[in-house]
Amino acid sequence: MPTDSATSTTPTGVAVSVEFGRLGRAFDPSKPVLADVDLRVEPGEIVAIIGASGCGKSTLLRIAGGLDTQTSGSVSIDGTPVATYDPRTAVGFQEPRLLPWRSIADNVALGVPRGTPKATARAGVDRLLELVGLADAAGQRPREVSGGMAQRASLARALARSPGVLLLDEPFGALDALTRLKMQDLLLDIHAAEPTTVLLVTHDVDEALQLADRIVLLGRADGDAAATVLETVTVPGRRPRDRGSAELAELRASLLSGLGIDRHGHARGIASSTTIPAFPY
Amino acid sequence: MTYLTDPDAQTQVVVSDVGYSVSTRSQNDTGAPRTKGRTRLTNRRWFVIVGGAILPVLILAAWQVASTSGLVPISQLPSPEMVWLAAVDLAQRGLLGLYVAISTQRVLLGFAIGGALGLLVGAVVGLSRLADILLAPTLGAIRAVPSLAWIPLLILWFKIGEESKIILISIGAFFPVYTIVASSLRHVDRHLIEAGRAFGLGGVRLFTSVQLPAVVPSVISGLRLALAQSWLFLVAAELIASSMGLGFLLNDSGQNGRIDRIFLAIILLALLGKLTDALVGLFEKWAVRKWA
Repeated sequence: MPTDSATSTTPTGVAVSVEFGRLGRAFDPSKPVLADVDLRVEPGEIVAIIGASGCGKSTLLRIAGGLDTQTSGSVSIDGTPVATYDPRTAVGFQEPRLLPWRSIADNVALGVPRGTPKATARAGVDRLLELVGLADAAGQRPREVSGGMAQRASLARALARSPGVLLLDEPFGALDALTRLKMQDLLLDIHAAEPTTVLLVTHDVDEALQLADRIVLLGRADGDAAATVLETVTVPGRRPRDRGSAELAELRASLLSGLGIDRHGHARGIASSTTIPAFPY
Repeated sequence: MTYLTDPDAQTQVVVSDVGYSVSTRSQNDTGAPRTKGRTRLTNRRWFVIVGGAILPVLILAAWQVASTSGLVPISQLPSPEMVWLAAVDLAQRGLLGLYVAISTQRVLLGFAIGGALGLLVGAVVGLSRLADILLAPTLGAIRAVPSLAWIPLLILWFKIGEESKIILISIGAFFPVYTIVASSLRHVDRHLIEAGRAFGLGGVRLFTSVQLPAVVPSVISGLRLALAQSWLFLVAAELIASSMGLGFLLNDSGQNGRIDRIFLAIILLALLGKLTDALVGLFEKWAVRKWA
């Protein structure tokens, strides 16, 4: 691989930058999915990519990880082009994608880079299982644990790679609402413990507001066939953020309208009332 | 604020209340204990064994009645006792053990050779698109040849010896394994393969850590089919040209009108086939628990 020399100079586990330059992707030449995507993610930053279904957010993430290749433009990590299945990145998929015949611990161990001494790998896996709260489930099979636990194992596997860039593709999308909130807090804890660069694709505006330093709105401008960066928003405040803050509520409304969702603004004018209307209202 | 939150809370209570009552009612109605009891009975070891033995015992009883009551002439349907005596007679002459042993040996050898080749060729065709394009149509055509069609050719090439029979059985064992291995390798969950690649696996490592474990259960059911097919091809081989074995016993008895021995050979084939299948079945159970 041409970038092997470049990767060896970057110690693993150190957060690195990601840069997309006029990137385009078309599965069919007449129907481009992405065009002219310009984005720079700073080392250690958490950037959330939001957008409507099918706008190419996952494709962008996959290109950053070397799971897919752009048809035009460039993508680089730490200044060097992304290689196929780039070892500087680790992907957390929407589904856990754990090997069903391996224990949770052995699945996490799959993420440990080749050539790591056995004892070091073992200790690293144990530490990560502790970090994601799965120490007690280490010997269990994926089918024996809950969806949330499987997703935590998947996250631990990605972290085992000590990635410079952690790529998360709607990692909590398939979880129930409460588990999702817990996983978001877990991700923030992990990021505080190991401040890697995180690129997070999500369709959940609240999740983006809770986790990200910046939110990138991906979508099609009027008349364009391909999606591009419509808006980049810096999220105010420090993490962990108050989920009910008024400032975020305002930002949420503007992002939702950017996604084409009506904010139903008239509802804000309703006066508070002490009488409860009769069911079903 | 109160307007928005209070009704919301009430709705939730109502909804959850309804949900709760529905779920308790359905629990009572569907009769959870009945289902529980049913699974318990069918899971019990003695019930599985006794249940499987009911039909054979009934058949044996009906056979006994039919053959001794004079409904069917003895020349058409020997009594169970006659078949047993035929077995004792053959055993005393040392032929029964020999026939069973030689037939089993042929099956196991042919199964081992055909199964191993099936695994190998199936893996190549399943993993490589090029091998699939080059080999699959030809193998499909060879597979379509009926087993009996090979016999004259094999006898001409390898004479009437062990080789021709074992090759025929190998052909029979090869195809189920080849087909199942190739198609299941082609259909390994793409998501798992991609995850494996994303975590730096490739080539042999990817094969041994993702693709091979993913197909183990279906490979074993392929082996099970191959074993059944091996017994099938064994009889085909021994019927046509042999001087020993259960197929020979069938053919020889047919020509001499020894219907008791025909029954004996058929029963022995059923027992041996079931026995070897059960052994592979145990292996399959273990493998499914370990790999699936």
